[in-house]
Amino acid sequence: MITLTFIEPDGTAKPVSVAPGLTLMEAAMRNNIRGVVAECGGQCSCATCHMQIDAAYFDRVGAPVDDEEDMLDFAEERGETSRLGCQVEIEDSFDGMVIRIPSVQG
Amino acid sequence: MDDVVIIGGGQAASACALRLRANGFEGRVAIYGAEPALPYQRPPLSKAYLKGRMEADRLLLRPAALYANLGIEIHSGVQALNLNTATRRVAMSDNANVPYGHLVLATGATPRRLPEAQGGGLENVFTLRSLSDADALRPHIRPGQRLLVVGGGYIGLEMAAVAARAGMEVTLIEAQPRILQRVAATETADAIRALHLREGVDLREGVSLDRLLGDGKRAGLAALSDGSAVGVDLVVVGIGVTANEQLARNAGLSVQNGILTDGQCRAFAPGIYAAGDCAVFPFRGQPTRLESVQNACDQGEYVADHICGTAKGPYAPQPWFWSDQFDSSLKIAGLNRGHDRVIRRVGEKPGAESIWYYAGETFLAVDALDDPRAYMMGKRWLAEGVSPDPKALADPSIPLKTIGLLTQTAESTA
Repeated sequence: MITLTFIEPDGTAKPVSVAPGLTLMEAAMRNNIRGVVAECGGQCSCATCHMQIDAAYFDRVGAPVDDEEDMLDFAEERGETSRLGCQVEIEDSFDGMVIRIPSVQG
Repeated sequence: MDDVVIIGGGQAASACALRLRANGFEGRVAIYGAEPALPYQRPPLSKAYLKGRMEADRLLLRPAALYANLGIEIHSGVQALNLNTATRRVAMSDNANVPYGHLVLATGATPRRLPEAQGGGLENVFTLRSLSDADALRPHIRPGQRLLVVGGGYIGLEMAAVAARAGMEVTLIEAQPRILQRVAATETADAIRALHLREGVDLREGVSLDRLLGDGKRAGLAALSDGSAVGVDLVVVGIGVTANEQLARNAGLSVQNGILTDGQCRAFAPGIYAAGDCAVFPFRGQPTRLESVQNACDQGEYVADHICGTAKGPYAPQPWFWSDQFDSSLKIAGLNRGHDRVIRRVGEKPGAESIWYYAGETFLAVDALDDPRAYMMGKRWLAEGVSPDPKALADPSIPLKTIGLLTQTAESTA
């Protein structure tokens, strides 16, 4: 298990203990993180699990490609480290990472 | 009074319960679901899960511990048998007689089955709606076996796609003149049909099933309306669903193709709401029932807000849908009902295209095939209640983000 900290839209920091192999979206849903909607359940179909990744960890997480990039291009609050949480599988090297949830999804 | 009993254990139920707690609701919240499982996602059942690419526990919307920590009771495998609106109690299949202050009917829908006379009772004939349906079906998806899909709607088409990729010989019949007749424009149907033909699906439109023939236990042959017959090892029926309205009807609530509700999801009886696939609600002035994750979640949450007194205005959804077939992703924003024309736009990437629906000058919906940019832009325009210039849309050299708007519409206010 590793520790991730989600920053909810109102600024609340929630540290969670998660198992590598899940996606960031799944980790957020299992821990009831506010501001993550994840309507499509992880199919890269809805852009409602938008997250902004800790810049210090972004090279480990990697940049979005293809459909995910196209969806993010039109998402609210797109940042330089934006990802859709459902497309990021958690790895051991993410331990300690902070993830900010934007105030609007979709 | 300060309690919420939710009948049905799907996406709407889960969304409602979680939202109640997020709103600070402190009373009893109890979900009674007829299915044995915790609330789960249905869409993957005809996609990743059916392919065997997703484990059952990843279908769950939330883990059991999360509901427990929030004090949300989940009574799985319990069916609501009788609703008494006078005493405000629901009789359950486990003999409990549950009192309610607020009652949320989130009973979902049931797939239409093939009539017995047509062979609907044969053991290799399936529908696909629940986790147990998918689990029963999955072992029959085997290379070289012959599948007949009855019905060219999204479920039937997704089933055909999974089976064809798994090496099955797939025939899909649609009784209407074309696939997706009720839900999408000809242009969208053309694109989806092309996918299936390319992958070797024997897709026959305007052809219905006369009956399945077999040895009395299993179907072996399907007699079709065009006079032909196809051999079958497996039959999957995807001919729509009916809303689960029996409990409401027996209680004297108003039902018509679902449980009727007002603009605030109230089912015209004290303390009773309906949400999700079972609910009919006014949308753009017409009674509307949506079968979608979006509607289940949004209506469930709206009901929670209404109970807590925090709902703002009537329920005003932004409908969206998706379907994955083969390697293609169809994303739909809006509801195309009442459209009188469509604009086809060729996307930036190979194979990408989008179909834009208008009623007069009002933009209603977009079907985006392998074109997430069109979907996202369309969804935003709908949320803002604006209509893009159709002439500009039809010209792929004009970037989406620079397309001008025609007029303000009443779209976002339902």
